[in-house]
Amino acid sequence: MDVEKEILELKKKVDDLQGQENRLLMIVFSGELDKHIAAMIIATGAAAMGMKVTLFFTFWATAALRDPKKNVKGKNFLSKMFGVMLPKGRNKTVLSNMNMAGMGTAMIKDLMKKKNVASLDELFEAAAALGVEINICEMSMDLMGFKYEEMIDYPNMKVCGVATMLADAKESAVQFFI
Amino acid sequence: MESITAVKVLDYKGLSCPMPIVKISMEIGKVAVGDVLEVHTTDPGSIADFPAWAKTTGHEIVEIKQEPGLIRIFVRRKK
Repeated sequence: MDVEKEILELKKKVDDLQGQENRLLMIVFSGELDKHIAAMIIATGAAAMGMKVTLFFTFWATAALRDPKKNVKGKNFLSKMFGVMLPKGRNKTVLSNMNMAGMGTAMIKDLMKKKNVASLDELFEAAAALGVEINICEMSMDLMGFKYEEMIDYPNMKVCGVATMLADAKESAVQFFI
Repeated sequence: MESITAVKVLDYKGLSCPMPIVKISMEIGKVAVGDVLEVHTTDPGSIADFPAWAKTTGHEIVEIKQEPGLIRIFVRRKK
């Protein structure tokens, strides 16, 4: 029996476990303004706490990553329809509750400004500065007819699938679904 | 008690959650280990959040002073 070798192996396992404690994986599924704000507050807060944060944007949430200034050609009819019906970018998202044909959303945005609560733009900016990673679900993008070229410019962003998300989740001590 | 001398005062007045924590996490690395930063905030949540942040990141909250309309938090970089 090689005790030294065993100790080294155990040390490595402990190191791996300590690494896991400091990671957060969040699945951002919903497409509404309030849920995006919640997701980004948790993400930036966790990054500020020194955690490595990965956001997996899937389904309705992917629309919030579209850049309103970018347009891509070559979409089929259904993709174009989806593109028109879904919010073009994070600032076109609406409240999940009390939207009241846009009145509720406008009111909340006004209140946030008055109370100096960070806007989605500011939260995305902070997330980028703190190294928060954004992974976009390839299948969702394909389904909704979004192309990577029409997504926002973000320093730490890539397209991936469920396996990448699960691998990240397995290595994270904290997992959220919003 | 020894008096605390901060190397820098950070004005976070008016900011709300999570910005005070986000901003201090970006500032703490800019001073030397052992230095103290003085944060001015009006966010009551910071009274609980700064100690929680310090506990997780390994820094130290030296003191929290509550004055009318202002909260002063002294943060020491520990590593």
